[in-house]
Amino acid sequence: MPEIKITPLGAGQDVGRSCILLSMGGKNIMLDCGMHMGFNDERRFPDFTYIAPDGPLTSYIDCVIISHFHLDHCGALPYFTEMVGYTGPIYMTHPTKAIAPILLEDMRKVAVERKGESNFFTSQNIKDCMKKVVAVTLHQSVMVDGHLEIKAYYAGHVLGAAMFWIRVGSQSVVYTGDYNMTPDRHLGAAWIDKCRPDLLISESTYATTIRDSKRCRERDFLKKIHECVDRGGKVLIPVFALGRAQELCILLETYWERMNLKVPVYFAVGLTEKANNYYKMFITWTNQKIRKTFVQRNMFDFKHIKPFDKAYIDNPGAMVVFATPGMLHAGLSLQIFKKWAPNENNMVIMPGFCVVGTVGHKVLNGAKKIEFENRQTVEVKMSVQYMSFSAHADAKGIMQLIQYCQPKNVMLVHGEAAKMEFLKEKIKKEFDLECYMPANGETCVVSTSMTIPLDVSLKLLKTEAQKHNSLPPDPKRPRVMHGVLVMKDSSMCLMDVDDACKEAGINRHLVRFTSTLRMEDPGPASKTAEKLLHLIKTRLKDWHVQLTEGSISVESVLVKVEGSEEEQKNVYVSWDNQDEELGSYILGLLKTMGH
Amino acid sequence: MNVYVVAYPPTLLYLVMHESPGKIVVYKATTLFEYCLSSDPNRPCYVLRFKEITLMLDCGLATQTVLNFLPLPLVPSTRLNNLPGWMPRDISDPQLEGELKECCGRVFVDSAPEFFPPQPKIIDFSEVDVILISNYLCMLALPFITEGTGFAGVVYATEPTLQIGRLFLEELVQHIEQTPKATLASHWKEHLHVLPPPLCDSQKPRSWKHIYNMRAVNSSLARIQMVGYNEKLDVYGAVGVMAVSSGYCLGSSNWVISSHYEKITYVSGSSTLTTHPRPMDQTALKNANVLILTGLTQTPTANPDSMLGELCMTVATTLRCGGNVLIPCYPSGVVYDLFECLSSHLDNSGMTTIPMFFISPVADTSLAYSNILAEWLSTAKQNKVYLPEEPFPHAFLVRNGRLKHFKHIYTEGFSTDYRQPCVVFCGHPSLRFGDAVHFVELWGSNVLNTVVFTEPDFPYLEALAPFQPLSMKAVHCPIDTSLNFTQANKLIRDLKPGTLVLPESYTQPPVTAPHRIDLVVETDRPIISFKRDEVLTLPLKRKQGRVELSPELAEFLLPNEVRTGVSLSTLTGSLQVKDNKHTLKVLEEGEPKAVSTVGKKRIRLVEDILNKKPSNYTWGSLDIDEFIQKITQEGITDAKVEQVASGYIIHLQNEDTLIQVEDSSTHIFCEGDEQLRLRLRNILLQCLNKF
Repeated sequence: MPEIKITPLGAGQDVGRSCILLSMGGKNIMLDCGMHMGFNDERRFPDFTYIAPDGPLTSYIDCVIISHFHLDHCGALPYFTEMVGYTGPIYMTHPTKAIAPILLEDMRKVAVERKGESNFFTSQNIKDCMKKVVAVTLHQSVMVDGHLEIKAYYAGHVLGAAMFWIRVGSQSVVYTGDYNMTPDRHLGAAWIDKCRPDLLISESTYATTIRDSKRCRERDFLKKIHECVDRGGKVLIPVFALGRAQELCILLETYWERMNLKVPVYFAVGLTEKANNYYKMFITWTNQKIRKTFVQRNMFDFKHIKPFDKAYIDNPGAMVVFATPGMLHAGLSLQIFKKWAPNENNMVIMPGFCVVGTVGHKVLNGAKKIEFENRQTVEVKMSVQYMSFSAHADAKGIMQLIQYCQPKNVMLVHGEAAKMEFLKEKIKKEFDLECYMPANGETCVVSTSMTIPLDVSLKLLKTEAQKHNSLPPDPKRPRVMHGVLVMKDSSMCLMDVDDACKEAGINRHLVRFTSTLRMEDPGPASKTAEKLLHLIKTRLKDWHVQLTEGSISVESVLVKVEGSEEEQKNVYVSWDNQDEELGSYILGLLKTMGH
Repeated sequence: MNVYVVAYPPTLLYLVMHESPGKIVVYKATTLFEYCLSSDPNRPCYVLRFKEITLMLDCGLATQTVLNFLPLPLVPSTRLNNLPGWMPRDISDPQLEGELKECCGRVFVDSAPEFFPPQPKIIDFSEVDVILISNYLCMLALPFITEGTGFAGVVYATEPTLQIGRLFLEELVQHIEQTPKATLASHWKEHLHVLPPPLCDSQKPRSWKHIYNMRAVNSSLARIQMVGYNEKLDVYGAVGVMAVSSGYCLGSSNWVISSHYEKITYVSGSSTLTTHPRPMDQTALKNANVLILTGLTQTPTANPDSMLGELCMTVATTLRCGGNVLIPCYPSGVVYDLFECLSSHLDNSGMTTIPMFFISPVADTSLAYSNILAEWLSTAKQNKVYLPEEPFPHAFLVRNGRLKHFKHIYTEGFSTDYRQPCVVFCGHPSLRFGDAVHFVELWGSNVLNTVVFTEPDFPYLEALAPFQPLSMKAVHCPIDTSLNFTQANKLIRDLKPGTLVLPESYTQPPVTAPHRIDLVVETDRPIISFKRDEVLTLPLKRKQGRVELSPELAEFLLPNEVRTGVSLSTLTGSLQVKDNKHTLKVLEEGEPKAVSTVGKKRIRLVEDILNKKPSNYTWGSLDIDEFIQKITQEGITDAKVEQVASGYIIHLQNEDTLIQVEDSSTHIFCEGDEQLRLRLRNILLQCLNKF
C-alpha cells in the first residue's frame, strides 16, 4: 500500500511555529515555515536539522507552501532560505507575498533594534527571500514539477489566506492553514470543493468551542467603547497592523456613521495606512459585500478614522486609538498605555492573544502595577478588556469542512492536545474516519488506497455499452468488462483478446471441442433441430440464440442435427474452449433430453 | 440529453460555425466611401461537440450592422432631422416612408440600431452544455444566447472577463436606451433588392435584433462561473477544460479542451506584445491534436507601436494649434495604455495642463476595477501592488485631476470642468450612439479639431459617413495588439498542432491588400478552413478510454511475459460508471452455484455461466510430443499420430476420438464421453502457453 508520511516540526499538538513536513510519492513538501512568538532563543524557529543534520536542505525538500502572512506561519522563512540555505521553490498567494515581507521586517526591527538580538536575519535577507517566492492565484493548478501539483482554495482567515490541495500521482492531501468558515466584516468564508483527498490536515485552534455568534461579540465590543467614550474616557486598542485591525476599523467606522458619533477615532500612521492600501488593492480577496460596493465606496477609505499624531496622547477628552503592536510589548501602543493606564476612566481592549512575557499578557492576567526596565512603574487603573476576534473555524466549522471535501483520513494540528483529543473522537464517531494528531517530531504514516489508471480500447467499451444499453435496465445486474491487459513499456491497455495478441505479436491457439450425441427422434432432422432450439431458448433467456441453415448457435457454441427421417439422429455440439461452461452446459442439457 | 446518447457516440467532432456576417469588400478609390464589412473572425462564436458534450466557444456579436443606422444624438440634431428622406424609385410603399434618410449619397435607416446575433440554426442553444468566453470583447451576444432560448448550461469566464464584460454590456445598453427612438423602422427589410449598397448587401436583416435590456444582461451574467487561469474544470466527467492567459486584455484567455487522450486548443484574441495584461501562456497549448485559431489582427498592415506614436503626435499637434481631440473608445482595454502614453507624451511636450476627459456610463467602475485586478496584470504592473501602489498610472492621473471621468456629458460637474483645448475619450467607436455622437456634431465643423480612430472594429470612414460633410480632421491609427500573421505563424511552429483549424480568410491575403501574400497563415501542418455556418468534422479518431482499476482487482492480475517487455493478463471485472468516470472492481460472485434443476435456481445458474468469462487464453503452438507423452502417462496409450498437410491428426481408436492439431488451433472430436473430454482438455491446456 502506498503511504503518506507527515512530521510536524511545529504546530503538532501546539499553536505557533507551524511547520509540517509531508512526504508522498517520493516528494517532500514543507507546509508553512513559522516562528514561535513566545520564545527568544533557537526554539522560536522549527528544528530544521530534523530534515538533514547538516548540509543544504534543498535536495530534501521539493517545495515550501506558505498558507498566510501571520508570523507563526511564515516567520522562519527568511531564516530557512537565507541562513539555512534552502533554494527551492516557495509558493504563496499574491496578497501573502505582498504583506508577509512587511510583517517580517516589522518583527525583525523589534527583535534586533529593540531587543538587541544578534544573528537574526537582515532586511536584505527578507528581500532576497521574497524574490524566490512564486505567487499563485486561487484554483490555479500549479505543476511544481512533472508529478507534484498544488492548488489554492480560499481560507478566509486573513487577507490572502489559502488552503492548499497537494497531489502526487493518485495521492492527495489538503492542508488548511488557518481558516474561517463564517464570513466576517471584511473576509468571506473558506470554501473547498469535493476533492476527496487521502488526508485532510486541519487546524484545530477552536477544536472544542462552538463560538457564540460574532454579532454578539461585536455588539459587546461596540457597547464597551461607546460607554467609555460617553464618560469621557480614552480607549486604546493595541492591534497588529494587518488583519484584525481592518476588521475592527470597518466595525467602528460603520458604528460611528450609524450612531452619528463625533468622538475622534485614530490609527497609528505608517504601517496601518499602508496596510489599508493593500486591502484596497486586493479587494477581490475580501467578501462579496465589500467587492460589490467598492466602486461607490472603498470600505478601506475610512471617513471617521484619522491618522494619529503623538501629540494627541495628551489631548483632553474622549478618543479611540488603534496602535501597534498588538501585545503592548514595544512601540506606540506601549507608550500610549503608559500615559493612559493610571486613569480609571480609560480602557484598553486586547483583541487577540498575547504571548507570555509581554505587557499585554501581564495586563490581561490582572497585573495592577507594571515595572519597566528603567525602574519606571505604571499603575494600571484603566479598565482592561479581552475580546477574541481571531478568525478560526470552530468545532462546527471543522466538521463542516470535512463534510465539504470528504477526506479519507483527517489530521489535526495547530491546537491544544486535550482539545484535539475530544475533536478526534467526534470525527471518528461522526464520519467514521481515521483521525491523527501527531506531536512535534512524531512521524505519522497514513496508508492510502490507490487506483491504477488503465487505457481501454474504445471498441471494448463500446461493445460493453451497447450490450448494457440493449438490455432492460436493472441496477442490480453487474456490468462486466472482460479483456486482456497488455503491459508494454510503461503503458497498460485493456483490449479484446484478438487485438491483444496482435499488439503483442503472438498467435492465439484456439481449442475447440466437438461432441456427438445420438438421439431417438423420428421425423425430419429439421424438426429435431427446432425442438432443440426451443429447449435451449427456454433455458437461455437472455442469450442470443440463432438458427441458421439448420445449425443452432449461441456465442461460439454450434449444435447441428444430422440423419435421415426414420433414423437415429446424430447431434453434434461444438464450442471454443473460452465457452467451455456454456458448451458443456448445453451438451448436458441435450443429453437429459435424449434420455 | 439528446439523440447522441449512446455510451460512446461519434468518434468525430463537429465544429459548427456561427461567425459574423460575411461581406465582400467594396473598394471605391474615387468616391468618398470605402467600406469593409469583413467577415469577422474577431467576434467568434463556434460550437464544438466532443464526447457527448456541446461546447460553445465565445459569443461574439456582429456589431457592424449598426453602421447602417443613423446616429442617436443626445440632444435633438437639426442637421440629422433635416436630412432628406430616401425612397426607391418605382416603389410606393407608404410604410417605407420616413424609414430611410440620405446623407452625402449614403442611405441610412432612421431607427434604433440593430445587431446580428449568432443564429440557432444548426444547433439549438438549449443543447449547449458549456459556453467558454475568451475575453470581454467576445461576449456581447451572451444575453441573446442564454436568455429565452432554453439554455440551461454553464458559462465559464475569468473574473476580469466577467467584470469588464459587464461594463461593455451595460455601456452598450445605456448608450442605446438613453436616446430612445419614437418609431422603429422595419419595412426597409422587405425592399432590400431596390436599396443602394451597402444596405442591399445586408445579410438576413430580418434576423437582426434590437439590443437586449438590463434585465437580460443581469440574468445572463449571473450564469457565469468565474474561473482562474490554469484552473482545471471538469465538464460532466467527460471533458476537461482549462483557461490559460492569452496576453490580449485583462483576463483574456485561450482554452484547452481535453480528455485523457485528445487535446483541442482554442486560441482566441491573443497577443505576444508587452502591454498591461499578463503575458500569453503558450506551454499548455503545445502539441494539441487540433488547434482552432481565431482572433488575429484586424489591421495586419498597421504596427500598433508606430500607430501609438502617430496618435501621440497627432494629439499634440492638434492641441498645440488650439484644437480638440476626440478619441472614440471602448470603456476598457487599450484605452488604459492610451491614458498612460498620452499623458506622459503631453507632459514631455510641455502640455501638462491639458485636461483629458473619459466619459462613459461605466468610467468610474472601469478605472476602479483596473486597479484591483493585479493578479491578471503584467509582472511590471503587478509588482507595483507590492509597494503598495496602484498598478495603472491613471489612478494617479485621476487623483491629481489630469484625467477626469464622467458618466455622461450632462453629468454634474462636467460643464464646469470642461475647458478647451482638451482630449475626450468616449464611446461608442461606431459613432452611432454614446457621447461620441455629440462631440462629432459639436466639433465637426472646425478644421482645428481632430478625431482619432484607434479601435479597429469599424472602418473609420464608414463610422463618419452620416456626419459628412465634416471639416474636422479624421486620423486613422488602429491599435490592434492581437497576433499578426508573422506572430501567428511563429506561434503555430512552436505549438506544433496535429491539425490547424481556422477561418478561410486567414488562408488568403486580406482583401484590402491582395498583393500582400505574406499576410496569410503559412504552416506545414494540415489545415482545415471554414466559413460561416459550416459544419466541420475534425480529424480526431478516439481509440481509447480511461478506466481506473481498483487495487483489489489488480491483485488478481497474472501477467505472463509473452515477449521480452510485453506481458499479457486476462482481466474480468465489474464496471462501474459514475459521473462519466469508469472504475473496474472485483466482480462479486453470485450465490453458490445451484445444482438444483428446477425453476428460478436453474436460471441463476445460467446467468452465472453468462458472467463467467474465461480466466485465461491459450497461445502459441502445441508441442505434439509433449502432448502424446502426457496422455500416455494418463493411460491413453493407443494414440496414433498422423502427419497431414495442415499439421497432425491424432487418433484415439479405443476412445473413438480424433484430435486435429494445427499451428494455432486444436480441435477435439469425441463421442459423448464427457469424462474423457475433460481429461483431454486438462492435458491439452497444460501443454499450451496461457495468458
